[in-house]
Amino acid sequence: MNQLQNFTCPIPKSEYDKILLAHGGGGSLSHQLISKMFLPQFDNELLNAQHDSAIFTVGKNKFAFTTDSYVVQPIFFPGGNIGDLAVNGTINDLAVSGAKPLYISAAFIIEEGLPIEDLWKIVLSMKEAAYKAGVQIVTGDTKVVEHGKGDKIFINTSGIGIVEKGINISPKNCKDGDVIILNGSIADHGVAIMSAREGLTFETEIISDTAPLNDLIRSVLSVSKNVHVMRDPTRGGVASTLKEIALSAHVGIEIDEKEIPIKEEVKGACEILGFDPLYIANEGKVVLFVAKEDAEKVLNAMLSNNYGKESRIIGRVTSDHPCTVVMKTLIGSKRVVEMITGEQLPRIC
Amino acid sequence: MCLAVPGKIISIDNSNTELKMAKVNFGGILKDACIQWLDDVKEGDYIIVHAGFALNKLDTEEAEETIRILTEMSNMIEDEDKKGI
Amino acid sequence: MKFVDEYRDLKSAKVLTKQIEEVVTRSWSIMEICGGQTHSILKYGIEELLPKQITLLHGPGCPVCVTPLEKIDKAIAIASRKDVIFTSFGDMLRVPGSQNDLLSVKANGSDVRMVYSPLDAVKIAEENPNKKIVFFAVGFETTAPVNAMSVLEAKRRNLKNYSILSSHVLVPPAIEALLSSGDCMIQGFLAAGHVCTVMGYEEYIPLCEKYKTPIVVTGFEPVDILQGILMCIKQLEEGRCEVENQYNRVVTKSGNEQAKKTLSTVFDTIDRKWRGIGNIPKSGYALKEIFKDYDAEKIFEVGHLEQNESTLCIAGEVLKGVKKPIECSAFGKECKPETPLGAPMVSTEGACAAYFHYGKYKNNSVSL
Repeated sequence: MNQLQNFTCPIPKSEYDKILLAHGGGGSLSHQLISKMFLPQFDNELLNAQHDSAIFTVGKNKFAFTTDSYVVQPIFFPGGNIGDLAVNGTINDLAVSGAKPLYISAAFIIEEGLPIEDLWKIVLSMKEAAYKAGVQIVTGDTKVVEHGKGDKIFINTSGIGIVEKGINISPKNCKDGDVIILNGSIADHGVAIMSAREGLTFETEIISDTAPLNDLIRSVLSVSKNVHVMRDPTRGGVASTLKEIALSAHVGIEIDEKEIPIKEEVKGACEILGFDPLYIANEGKVVLFVAKEDAEKVLNAMLSNNYGKESRIIGRVTSDHPCTVVMKTLIGSKRVVEMITGEQLPRIC
Repeated sequence: MCLAVPGKIISIDNSNTELKMAKVNFGGILKDACIQWLDDVKEGDYIIVHAGFALNKLDTEEAEETIRILTEMSNMIEDEDKKGI
Repeated sequence: MKFVDEYRDLKSAKVLTKQIEEVVTRSWSIMEICGGQTHSILKYGIEELLPKQITLLHGPGCPVCVTPLEKIDKAIAIASRKDVIFTSFGDMLRVPGSQNDLLSVKANGSDVRMVYSPLDAVKIAEENPNKKIVFFAVGFETTAPVNAMSVLEAKRRNLKNYSILSSHVLVPPAIEALLSSGDCMIQGFLAAGHVCTVMGYEEYIPLCEKYKTPIVVTGFEPVDILQGILMCIKQLEEGRCEVENQYNRVVTKSGNEQAKKTLSTVFDTIDRKWRGIGNIPKSGYALKEIFKDYDAEKIFEVGHLEQNESTLCIAGEVLKGVKKPIECSAFGKECKPETPLGAPMVSTEGACAAYFHYGKYKNNSVSL
């Protein structure tokens, strides 16, 4: 009771007295909300580690546990829908923590009036996504809210996986000289969503890259014990993810703009819409930090996998400029890459 | 705000004489743009588009000439570097 | 992307930087007046590639940044009305007014929508006949004709519920105001390429002659900017003073006559206040009297609004190129993109936003 009586809001009223869309954007406002409100209040070792999944031990086994909610708009978009996004997203959060995903829960908040046909398509997608990834949806919940009180459908998925012995993925393991590998082209998901929203058409349709990455990551972990960090660059894009890692690992990062793969049409869409593709969401991508000596065999393992055919080394870790990400631009100069502020694209996942 | 992007005209729609439109290809994206302010444009022309409106035709010859000169000069510099000048 | 990628080419950039190094013999200060160019300079780290003798100054090239506080407050008041759908380009939404911004108004339940073109706003007006649709028409001469067309199109479709809140700015009067001010350090200008695509560059010739200052019409890609700088430096070193056109693949001397005709059909040129700078004569556009039914200034009475500008914000000095954003005591501390004290920190074309986003901090220990 005393705790509650002494409670003062950690986010000053002079800054914001209402939640803004930007608080859900994955950039600095989201981080502020998490670090100033949620973390200090829920405060515990597992949470404070701020990994994609919480890692804990029960008996002799290490487990990973994660949760994510999906509010993407529109719910059907080129390359997928909110259903497979929800399943793949949680599988990937487990996989980048070094865990083998086992079981997923699925909770639905459905707006009255959603066509049953739409729900059916979403459910079938989720079934297929789970099957492809080798996981089972074992528990769930369904709520319906009145028409106008929820935008068609929101989905929360939580997942649990097992972390095999010897696997320890953490920014603490990052070392000077670590090589950074990305498994393919950036910004596909964000542009696919925007194309659905803005009525953009393409010569070659851009589809979301939503995909389960557990098999790709399994193949990587089977050839190397020196993978230090893995992250899936969703909201906030590759730039925000690298910046987060630089901050938590207290290292410097250097990347080369010309090495970052991007589809021509995606680049074109970003030019027209005025977006920087480095900050656009991805749903089937992973950045890996691996010790220099294992870089080649990890890259080869990725190139042989379905979801890693366009893998590229995009940069390295350096002891220079800790906590800063520096990019060598197309014209040979260097500039700093910062965390995104606000949100470029609301309700992207 | 002054963001304007070059694109290639794929087709023209003159049905509304007050708001002539074209379908434009911006590096693989197909989007409509109003070409009301441009006389004498045809399919295959490059135009520069801002907020949905074509501001002018792109002079591809000028553009290619500039690129050609720059490329020639950069090759010269590379050759000089190789010879250790 | 064709006619874009070629102007981001490493080798071409190297050629131009080498030529600049060979030509320059003393210190020069050049100003660009276009937020798009400011951002390109910072995004591609152009200053770092130039010899130390060349200083790049960032001018008031951000129409969002120079929109007067009173106008922002008026926009917020209009947007707060229940019968209004308020539409705007994205970066106007977070510009701080005296009390709050358009995004907070949206968070409070008002209908505020981002659009990519004013024609989208006209479409919204057609689809919502029971609401009043207002478009925040902000921009330089590049955007002004586009905004004018939206008024003509609304008239053609016989819409009675569309209006624009006009806040347009013109570049040549700003150049004159800067050059005629006592503390002017600017020795050459890069003129905004897309403004000149519409207007041509004839009106820059008398300015160049009166103030003996070279002006080079320049594009936006890094190779364009380097070439523009080279042309300007050459003029300065040779003691020449002319208006030259680097962006000749798009810009002609007389510009686009039809776009200019649309402008003169719809707008009158007026004196206007630039936020942070003050009043500049004949530097803005207002709707002509015959279009009063499309003029949100006349349609909406919002009463007296108390203006309240931050005392820490030095936007005026930043916009005139007198100070760099990192010289502001609030930069990166009280003033950040998520808590902006002034417009240049929030606009996609603002110098402060560019410095922040591309990591240019006072204590930046990155040795590049």
